[in-house]
Amino acid sequence: MADILVVVEHQEGAFRKNTLSVVSAAKVLAGLSGGEVDALVLGNGVAAVADVVAGTGVRKVLLGEGSAFAKYLAVTYAFAVAEVVKAKGYGAVFAPASTFGKDFMPRVSGLLDAPLASDIVGLTKDGDALRVKRPMYAGNAIGTVELAGSPLLFTVRQTAFDAAAMGGAKAPVEKVAVTAEAGGTAFVSRQETKSERPELTEARVIVSAGRGIKAQENLKMVEELADLLNAAIGASRASVDAGWAPNDWQVGQTGKIVAPELYIALGISGAIQHLAGMKDSKVIVAINKDEEAPIFQVADYGLVADLFKAVPEMIAELKKLKSA
Amino acid sequence: KILVPIKPVPNPDEKVKIKGDGSGIVLENIKMVVNPFCEIAVEEALRIREKLTGEVVVVTVGPKESEQQVRTALAMGADRAVLVEAGTDLDSLAVAKVLAKVVADEKAEIVLMGKQSVDDDNNQVGQILAAVLGWPQAAFASKIEFAADNRKANVTREVDGGLETIEVALPAVVTVDLRLNEPRYASLPGIMKAKKKEMKVVPVASLGVDTTPRVKVLSYSAPPLRAGGGRVADVAELVSKLKNEAKVL
Ligand SMILES: Cc1cc2nc3c(=O)[nH]c(=O)nc-3n(C[C@H](O)[C@H](O)[C@H](O)COP(=O)(O)OP(=O)(O)OC[C@H]3O[C@@H](n4cnc5c(N)ncnc54)[C@H](O)[C@@H]3O)c2cc1C
Ligand SMILES: Nc1ncnc2c1ncn2[C@@H]1O[C@H](COP(=O)(O)O)[C@@H](O)[C@H]1O
Repeated sequence: MADILVVVEHQEGAFRKNTLSVVSAAKVLAGLSGGEVDALVLGNGVAAVADVVAGTGVRKVLLGEGSAFAKYLAVTYAFAVAEVVKAKGYGAVFAPASTFGKDFMPRVSGLLDAPLASDIVGLTKDGDALRVKRPMYAGNAIGTVELAGSPLLFTVRQTAFDAAAMGGAKAPVEKVAVTAEAGGTAFVSRQETKSERPELTEARVIVSAGRGIKAQENLKMVEELADLLNAAIGASRASVDAGWAPNDWQVGQTGKIVAPELYIALGISGAIQHLAGMKDSKVIVAINKDEEAPIFQVADYGLVADLFKAVPEMIAELKKLKSA
Repeated sequence: KILVPIKPVPNPDEKVKIKGDGSGIVLENIKMVVNPFCEIAVEEALRIREKLTGEVVVVTVGPKESEQQVRTALAMGADRAVLVEAGTDLDSLAVAKVLAKVVADEKAEIVLMGKQSVDDDNNQVGQILAAVLGWPQAAFASKIEFAADNRKANVTREVDGGLETIEVALPAVVTVDLRLNEPRYASLPGIMKAKKKEMKVVPVASLGVDTTPRVKVLSYSAPPLRAGGGRVADVAELVSKLKNEAKVL
């Protein structure tokens, strides 16, 4: 088959590790259908990102730079990706199923009239035919999907593919010309959620707060617990809607999909939409005062308790452990 | 003129069941509702109309039965509707191409739609539609502010890492996220009025769009079941088990 392109995500020059899972997914396709995996980095002054990607086992890294790419814009990115794909004849394009990939990849689909499978969790073959697995209905069904046409487009669920190793032998970096086509859009501003904690999608441990925490000031207790565990903080939609937590903490069907080693749900009922975002976590702890709460059905360790009592106790226990 | 594409979905608060042979989802006895993100789009359109005047047209591409959810949007306050009658097997590309025809036909000045339908969880149609039309796009909107001359809008988007604001020239496609607004309920007078509002039914074949699906769901299977339900008596047991049994501390 023709070669495969991975579109690399970075935040203005800061490489995002979700691309590593995308490289792995692209390699699964290469293993099934042949072809080599290349990566495309778009931006301005992002040679360092290209250098990191060069060490992830790709054949080569294409680097498309220009001042118009300094800020991410879906219209600009989609146009440039489509341009590179056409010029080089790639047969498949992969990007992360983050708000980056989910934004520009469908636009590439429209520009190239090419089929796109969103948020894929698996690639297999049935005889000669490629089969794609993707969650639907809030993860309550896994669809087996067939794509027709070329190139094939995919956004990849990060938690479903192991991260490719970094720091390997360096692949060559090749500059490519890309047209700056913003098509009536312009960047205005970005309001970054500031945090010293690990990123939600990369954390080993996540402590997640739901409506049960009752008020923003109670987040302090959650933060203290998170710090003891070196954890990221997540939230249910209810906590975000209430304004206690920023939007990018939302875990769920329509927020972030996470699968840490340990997920601790505090005062979260376990609605279908929330479970969709965390039920693939390795170990799930739920603390909820309602013993009927659906979250307990997916919890390995459920504790029926008032979180305002249990969380301080847990903080004390963990401190004891640390000093022991 | 504001066009709002909407899609009926099975009640998202009910866990769907897969048919025994994996050929589809059991839809008998499941209530169909307007996709929640589409409701947010309708609400935003109504608020824009209330502030700036204009006409709100809802459109759906799908079977005749979608009429019920279209009536719900009309009862919320949309002015009229277009139902493009088609099968349920259309993929995102096909739906977007059909919608592009309707947009051209209606001479819409902005298209507001959901970021994601909560059945297929695709999150595609709006962005594809923008590409097909050659229009600017702003996906995952949590705030839309029009410039004084109504030629541009600033759209704040919910993205990984925080919020991002971009400017789009109009006409544009904007897909909406959860925090944009809280949709109103249809009032009783609204429901009565909706019965008399215009609903144009257009057979998809009359639009001259190739709707052969390029993305086809061949079968459905259940996700791996999680063996949950474990309990601990107190915090001490919890911490001890996390350390010694699960070994995650
Ligand atoms: C279109 C759409 C998309 C959605 N997307 C998402 C999504 O991505 N992510 C998401 O999370 N939700 C999402 N939702 C919302 C979802 O349906 C639920 O409403 C939401 O997850 C509920 O949040 P919660 O569990 O914090 O609140 P609730 O359901 O209100 O639960 C609060 C829980 O806290 C417990 N509690 C209260 N006080 C205490 C106490 N003192 N100690 C211990 N426990 C206590 C209660 O027993 C209860 O179980 C979506 C909904 C829609 C319609
Ligand atoms: N069949 C359809 N008819 C009208 N609008 C649709 C249809 N399918 C999707 N949409 C619109 O596209 C949005 C995103 O859907 P999707 O890309 O399928 O997740 C929905 O919220 C609707 O606004």
